[in-house]
Amino acid sequence: MADVADNNPVLKHLLDQFRDAIIETHAFRGDVTAVVESARYHDVVLCLRDDPECSFDFLVDLTAVDRLKLKQKPRFEIVLHLYSRSRNARFRLKTRPVPDSDPVIDTVVDLYPAANWAEREVYDMFGIRFLGHPNLTRILMYDQFVGHPLRKDYPVNKRQPLVEERPVHNDRPGMVFE
Amino acid sequence: MMINMGPSHPAMHGVIRIITELDGEKVVSANIEIGYLHRAFEKECEVVGWGQAFPYTDRLNYVSPLINNVAYAMGVEKLLGIHPTERCDYIRVIISEVSRITDHLTCIAACAMEMGAMTPFIYLMKAREYLYEFVEELTGARLTVSYVRVGGVKGDLPDGWLDRLEKALDKVQIEIDEVDRLLTRNRIFIDRVKDVGCISSSEAWSLGFTGPVLRSTGMPRDLRKDEPYLVYDRFDFDVPVGAVGDNYDRYLVRLEEMRQSARIIRQAIEQIPGGAVQVDLSGRPLTGAQMVDAAKMGMTADLLLRTVRVDPTLEGAGKISAERMNAPAKGVVLPPKESTYGNIEGLMNHFMLIMEGQGIQPPPGEIYIANEAANGELGFYMVSDGSGSAYRVHCRPPCFYLMQGMDRMIVGGMIADVIATFGTINMIAGELDR
Amino acid sequence: MGVGGETPGFLTSRLSDGIAWARKWSLFPYPFVTACCGMEYMSVSSAHYDLDRFGAAWPRFSPRQADMLLVVGTISHKMAPVLRRVYDQMCEPKWVVAFGVCTCTGGFYDNYATVQGIDRVIPVDLYIPGCPPRPETVLDALMKLQAKIQKQHHPLVGPVRSAVVGSK
Repeated sequence: MADVADNNPVLKHLLDQFRDAIIETHAFRGDVTAVVESARYHDVVLCLRDDPECSFDFLVDLTAVDRLKLKQKPRFEIVLHLYSRSRNARFRLKTRPVPDSDPVIDTVVDLYPAANWAEREVYDMFGIRFLGHPNLTRILMYDQFVGHPLRKDYPVNKRQPLVEERPVHNDRPGMVFE
Repeated sequence: MMINMGPSHPAMHGVIRIITELDGEKVVSANIEIGYLHRAFEKECEVVGWGQAFPYTDRLNYVSPLINNVAYAMGVEKLLGIHPTERCDYIRVIISEVSRITDHLTCIAACAMEMGAMTPFIYLMKAREYLYEFVEELTGARLTVSYVRVGGVKGDLPDGWLDRLEKALDKVQIEIDEVDRLLTRNRIFIDRVKDVGCISSSEAWSLGFTGPVLRSTGMPRDLRKDEPYLVYDRFDFDVPVGAVGDNYDRYLVRLEEMRQSARIIRQAIEQIPGGAVQVDLSGRPLTGAQMVDAAKMGMTADLLLRTVRVDPTLEGAGKISAERMNAPAKGVVLPPKESTYGNIEGLMNHFMLIMEGQGIQPPPGEIYIANEAANGELGFYMVSDGSGSAYRVHCRPPCFYLMQGMDRMIVGGMIADVIATFGTINMIAGELDR
Repeated sequence: MGVGGETPGFLTSRLSDGIAWARKWSLFPYPFVTACCGMEYMSVSSAHYDLDRFGAAWPRFSPRQADMLLVVGTISHKMAPVLRRVYDQMCEPKWVVAFGVCTCTGGFYDNYATVQGIDRVIPVDLYIPGCPPRPETVLDALMKLQAKIQKQHHPLVGPVRSAVVGSK
């Protein structure tokens, strides 16, 4: 942990500022990553955006991971990829919303307008709610869809048709992947 | 008044629904609904092996599938910590740029057609057809190519392919110039696109815009320059930027990017190491499939020391070229076809990579790889748990962020301008909805 | 030999042949383009492969003016009601072509989001496999559809029936 922080000024700065809130850091294949406590998530993002030591002004991507099969707790993880134009550097910030039954996290739409649809997608696919999001509705799936398809416990081919399906010949029995 | 456009609308290529609120002809507010082509790319990646996900990446941005292939392969390679050969890097640059040209050709063609200019559409489709022929010769498919592999590419370039590509680029250039003359100073076209769908550079940046749309606002952001990957730092090319970020700028940026791409390809053709590969054909020609059939029947006596001519569909996958193309990583790269069909080690190596539960097994970890696709930054976020298939793959499609900001570009304009703006944004539903 | 009756007589069957000839050479497609296959549809319909030779070049983007529904590309469950509605809006006679393997069987998208073949939503006359089908395959398919139309019974009033169903 210490050597990663030594090599990366952003991480070092972040550790100085939020020593208690940073749960873990690593730099696999050069991708610098920090995991932050969910309660301080919004503050850390604000610091990453506005602090001149960081100045990550561009939200590249926001997504989530369901860690059910990794058998880690808490179950969900929000992943942010940030880019700084002035420093030409990238940074990955992760946080773990709780509780597993109804994960909730602060929105970052107020900081990065780009996060709007990305957060809606995470809500749609994983069922993670973002507090303060202006329009938290399903985006890729339809409103009648039950469940969240990218959760690890949703079977890959569990279909929920909107129109009644016509009978077809040679229907093959559905295979269910785990 | 409310007007609903899509998901199946005559003037819109791609499935998307725009619900506009109008005051007369003026758009007061717009609500964009996506997801009509959601095909569960990310879930499928978790089911299939790392190498098997390539066909799914083809169908993300189906106008430039080769770039998606390259980006995905680079992601898995980063996860594995390997790097293919220099020649392979050059091939990847060449196919990426060919793809970029086909993408921009399609974008301008479709955009012009939707505004009533049918002739440029026909001309540019003709130009795209020239390039598709080359893509087909190289990969075996016109569109859904699946050409790139983890640690390399499927096969080496066919004989004389580069020389003929250079000639074809001239032909494409003629068509582009013709369309340039037809559109760029065309009064009707200018009236439709100029000062329409404007967005400021700071707003575009905050909304996560990348690619030609961001560059049209005047910001020279290009991953090929800013964070060079492959061998892009060895080429001399310019990044065209616009001034005000309107539809006309976006059109001009795309037009110029095609010329720059051609420039990169020409330089790559000059610099590519290794040259053409001449596969040794001495001895009785025998296809790989025939040889396997013979061996199955026990006729192995005269197979010893036999030179195998690989199947036409596998051309370029021979031993000489395979070594030149692919990373020296046995656990990742498929062996050359002579080895697969010719000796037991090769066959087992092939088997281990193809068999379910085996295959490419990157170490546990997570990476993000960014690639300058035709529409902007195409990113892959990959998480591996050390097994044969991905734990999580997330694609960062450039269109997703462009469409998110589209309502800001159309509000305040005329309803008819929605079509022009939508056309120059170049939304590709496949990567938007994944 | 009533017009539109169950058993076509000599005159009505000649009339039917004439109508079929006219209809098969003036198909107005409604390209319901959703995905990748649309790129190949663009190739087919533009100059290089030229769908116009078969009288089916000019796309009508209004379902009410079209008689051939070309379903080009994957249909997701979110899209299925739209497809169903477009089909219902089309006037008789109408034919449906499933363009590409996703529309035939769902292709390799066997997952929660995609319809496993559009024949689960609307009846299909012709299936074109391929991912995406080559332009030559599409032209071949169009000729097969023309042959099918020629074989069908075309009464002056009432729906088109296939030759097998129409004759007893």
